[in-house]
Parts: sequence; structure tokens; C-alpha cells
Amino acid sequence: MSVVVHADQVSKIFRLGDVGSSTLTEDIRAVYYKILGRENPYVKMAVENDRTTGVSSDYVWALKDINFEVNQGEIVGLVGRNGAGKSTLLKILSRTTTPSQGEIKIKGKVASLLEVGTGFHPDLSGRENIFLNGTILGMRRSEIRDKFNDIVEFAGVQRYIDTPVKRYSSGMYVRLAFAVAAHLDPDILIIDEVLAVGDAEFQAKCLGKMKDVSDHGRTVLFVSHNMGAVADLCSRAILLKQGMIIQDGPTDAVIRTYVQQNMQVKLSDSSSLGDVTVRRGTGQVRYEKIRMLNSFGEEVNEFFQGDKVVIEMSIKINDPINELMSCIAFRSGRTRDIVTTTKRNKIDSPHFKSGDIIKIRYEFPRLSLRPGVYETYYWLGDRSAETAFDVVDNLLPPLVVKLPIETNELFVSGYFDEPFTFEQISI
Amino acid sequence: MTSHSNKQWDMIIRPSGGLFDLKLHELWEYRDLLYLLVRRDIITVYKQTLLGAFWFILPPILNTAIYFVLFGVIAKVSTDGTNPILFYLTGLIAWGYFADCINRTSTTFRSNASIFGKVYFPRLIVPLSSVVSALIKFGVQLILLVAVLLFFLIRGENVNPQYAYLWLLPLLLLMMMFIGLAFGIIISSLTTKYRDLTNMVPFAVQLLMYATPVIYPASIIPAKYLWILQINPLTPLIESMRFIFVGCDQINWLMLGYTLIFTLVTLFIGLLMFNRTEKDFMDTV
Repeated sequence: MSVVVHADQVSKIFRLGDVGSSTLTEDIRAVYYKILGRENPYVKMAVENDRTTGVSSDYVWALKDINFEVNQGEIVGLVGRNGAGKSTLLKILSRTTTPSQGEIKIKGKVASLLEVGTGFHPDLSGRENIFLNGTILGMRRSEIRDKFNDIVEFAGVQRYIDTPVKRYSSGMYVRLAFAVAAHLDPDILIIDEVLAVGDAEFQAKCLGKMKDVSDHGRTVLFVSHNMGAVADLCSRAILLKQGMIIQDGPTDAVIRTYVQQNMQVKLSDSSSLGDVTVRRGTGQVRYEKIRMLNSFGEEVNEFFQGDKVVIEMSIKINDPINELMSCIAFRSGRTRDIVTTTKRNKIDSPHFKSGDIIKIRYEFPRLSLRPGVYETYYWLGDRSAETAFDVVDNLLPPLVVKLPIETNELFVSGYFDEPFTFEQISI
Repeated sequence: MTSHSNKQWDMIIRPSGGLFDLKLHELWEYRDLLYLLVRRDIITVYKQTLLGAFWFILPPILNTAIYFVLFGVIAKVSTDGTNPILFYLTGLIAWGYFADCINRTSTTFRSNASIFGKVYFPRLIVPLSSVVSALIKFGVQLILLVAVLLFFLIRGENVNPQYAYLWLLPLLLLMMMFIGLAFGIIISSLTTKYRDLTNMVPFAVQLLMYATPVIYPASIIPAKYLWILQINPLTPLIESMRFIFVGCDQINWLMLGYTLIFTLVTLFIGLLMFNRTEKDFMDTV
């Protein structure tokens, strides 16, 4: 096995807050130190990147001492919660930003896909955009010419190839953009999960292409917090937390750690309240605690099909409201489709005054979901469903449905175990 | 790691490297991208409107008319005895190209942030493609200039183009292109951090035009202010241009040499600053 990616003590510092007026003198000092060949004085001031504690310094480590190696042909998942440093590492690997310290050595041709269709111009035809986008991604014109017919065929846009892409349907547009990326033929493919957002067909194509690439002995780095897709595609995963690698190993083990870590997320934590990207909703009402229990009352998140699942929640009223509804949904970890959802349930209270804590409980008597990893989605809102007070979206551990002990190879796909009978009515 | 063992790697990602690590060889590897970006600019301009070329020649015509009336007729500013229309037109077209180079390149980082954040390629390709595609507009305006010149020649007016010096034209253009590029990338590098600079650019370019003998000949400037024109590296470019097309002014080889050195120095400074900025501007933009 040869090592194709070698990251050595990679670190990245970010400056918080306002970047502007006061930075001119800091910059001059930093340049001065650079000329003297000394370490940037501001590097020392950085603190560990932890969003939950108040940060006293203006500088944080987005990444700290990242070391890993990737062998040729491996598919490695980079996982972690929002803000763990995944995107920063991805940006460094794709050279859109530089590390503050350390270095990454790479063997072979790298293609990084943070989005498809970069540089597409609406007024240009499909043909012109293929060439423009291809060269932006690092291909030579001659190379694109050789692959041109394959790209057009893959995208299925033969008839429209000389039409400006602004007249394309969004599906055609994305297919064409992806087709160019799919024909890059890199030795190492770095791919962001945001790519896998889109219609189900496109996601399947995306993920299929990734498998394809690795089957040809190429290396894939897949950045995601979509545990289902990681479990599906990657044999190895690297777990990042607060800019540091906390586990690097077989995907199963890493996902287990990830889930356990997130078990301890404090929902009442004030830091996540104001963070719109993490916690949507008006905040008039917040989930204080959400626990997933098995039939013995133990707090777990792994179940077999047919098990009883209990979800208990404490809800805190922060600001007076008139009415309160709650609902739960499970989303496929792979396609992110919502596969099942409860109806909205009305919560009664004589007053709903601030400071009240209300407890509710959901019980699923017999889990019919097929084995897989399901993201959880907990919602609190009003009757109209237009106002959400609190949305805990994929913030808590997923619901993992395990294969029953008596594994039957003949059923593997689908979401539900729908009751049915089978009979043969003729030969 | 010793330098020997680094040889097996194709790419090493490091903290913002040395100040002088310009990686100009990468530009050559991405020459196809330069070609396609220029092509994009040309195609999109022509696809936008059938009258694309018309919009290129309208501003210099209007500006010439305005300066002719304001300066020539009302203020009676001398044009050294040459045809005023040709005098203004030549100066304005030449200046227009230079200003275009600055304007197009000075927003490089901010207007391409979405692309730069997603894919790596040598960022310099983008401003380079801008100044090259600005040549198209200049080319169309040059045709206008030649047409007007022919018109006056046929009518037997006092114009005296110096055909023997036509070979100098590409060199003048290259210098304008690279000074414009250098100014543009310096501005775009500074504006990623100090954003308010953007507001000053149009004003500064306008001011610079008045400090350059574009719409007046150097001969009308009092001796004690002449130094302004003499330290202005754009003066010999505009004057040489007018010498070639109109026959007034002269070519001052010493001044042109100064401009050449100025071009190389600012371009080098521009490249250093641009190179510095391109590495981590995504963190500040």
C-alpha cells in the first residue's frame, strides 16, 4: 500500500469578529515578524476552538495538529459536527485556503469537488460551458475534446448542447455540471457532501460515481456529517471535534464514537440557542432534554426492527405563547429524505408561562423501519406550522436500526417492513 | 523531511510560502483557461446585444463631442494646432483602455469570490483574461479611430500620422495593459481587507486622467507644474500614441524608458501583493 496523502501537524487559525480597521497595525507587525523569520505573534494567542465556552482570544484554532495518512484506493470519510473543522480541512486540501502551520503532501492528480458547475455562465452554450468548467477544474482543452462525447452522453443533453445553459431545466444543468466533474479522472477525489444534496436520482449518481472511482484504485476523501452515506461508502473514517482528530479507524467504530459524543449534547446549552445554523426556530420554546429509550428504560439509540422505541422530552417555555405543537420525523441518512413523521401533536397547558417545564413522551411500539441510520428531526411550533419555536435537526444521535440476528440476505433495501403475504398462483 | 524525500510527492500544501514564490509556471499550465475566459468575455458581450460593438464606440464618440465643445469651442484650449476631434479621440481611446484594465481587474477577488472559494487555479489568470479581453473593445475603438483618421486625410485636414512608428503601438499597449493590471491587482488585493478603498477607485482614476495629457497637450501646462506630467508614467504613452495617429506631441524615448521601468516595478509589486492575498483571502472576504 502506498501512501498518497500525508498530513503532518496541519493547523489553521481564524480571526474572530471584525476584520477591518484595527487590523492594519497587526498586519504590519505580522509582516515585520515574517521578515525577521519569527513565528507570527498572533499564532500564540489562538485558543482551542470550542463554541460552547466563551472565547477570550480573538483567534481560534479551526484545526489543530491534524495528522493522518491515506493509502491509495481507500475511501475515507471525514466526519464531525458543524464547526468541527471538516470544511476547513476540505478547503486546505482543495487549496482554496492555506494552513497556518504544518503541511500536506499529496501524490497524484487531485480533483476536489466542493460544488459542481463552478464558473458556468448562463449565456454560454452547454458545449462552451463544458470547456470552461473543465479548464477551471484543471483539465486541458485537448483532454476535454477527447472526453467531450462521453461527457455529453453521461449528462444526456445531446440535443441541447448548443443551447445556452440558462434555458436548461435545473435537472439538466446539474447533470451537465456533474458530468464534467465525473470525467476528471483524478487519482484522488475530494468530495463534499453538499454535492449529494439534490434530487434522489442525482444523489445516487453522485455516490455511485464515487464508488466507481474507488473501484478503479483511486482514492476518495468524503467529507460529511451524513452518517448513513459514510457508513455505506467508507471503510475508514476520521472523526474531527473542535479542530482535532479524536478518532481514526474503521467506520463502524468511528460512527459509534460520534453517536456517543453527540449523546452528551446539552440541548439547553445557551451557545446553541442563538446559533441559527445549528438551532432554527424563534426560541420562545426550547427542548431542554430529549432521550431515546428502549423497552427497559435504558438510554440507547440502536434498535432492532420490531423493538419498542420511546422518546421522552422536556420542553421549556422561555416566552409566553398561545399554543404548542410537537412532531418527530426520521430522515434517511443516505438520501436525507424524510421517511417517516408523526402528525403534529397538541400540547396542553392552562397558561404557558415562561419558566414552565413540560414533559412529553412518544412511544413507537414496534419499529418497522428497515436497518439503516436515520437522522432525527424534532420540531416544536404552532398550529399553523408556519412558526417553528425550536428545530433540533440532526443535532442528536441518529436512530440506528440494526440488522436482526437472523439476517436474511434477501431483504436489503427499502425503508419499511410492510406486512404482506406471498403466494404462487401458477407455474 | 529532507528535500530528497519530498521528490516523490506531486504537491505539497504549505502555509503561505515565501513572499517571492510566485509560481508563474502554473500560469502556463493553465493557459487554456486564459483562452476560454477571454472567449467567454467575447461571446457573452456579443450574445448580450446585437449592438455590442456599437456600445463600444459610443462612449468615445460622446466624450470626444463633449470635450470638443467644452474645451475646444468654449474654453478654447489649444490642441497644438492639430485637428481637435482626432486629438481628443486618440487620447480618450488610449486612456479608455488603461482605465478599463484597472476597472476590470480591481474587483478580481470580490467578484470572483464564489469561484475562488470552490476551486483552485492560479488566480492571476482571471485579471489577465480581463486585460486581454479588454483589448477587444480597444480593437473596435481603434477601427473607429482609423475610420475618422481616413475621413480627415481624405478631406485634406491638418493631420499627420507617423506610419513609420506604428511598430511602437503594440509596445505602448503592452505597457498600458501591464500598468493597468498592476494597479488593478494591487487595488483588488488591498480591498479584500480594507474594503472602503473600492469607493475611491473611480475618483482616483478620474483624477489620474486629469494629471495626464489626455484632453490637453503638455504644452499648455505652466513650467512649474510640468513635473506632475513628467513623473506620470502614463504621459509618454498617451503622447506617443498621439504622435503616431495625429502627428502632434513627440516620442520621448527617455520618458518611455522610465515608463517601462515603472511598469516592471509596479507589476512586480502587484504580483507579490496578489500572490500574498490569493492564498488566504477566503478567510477575510
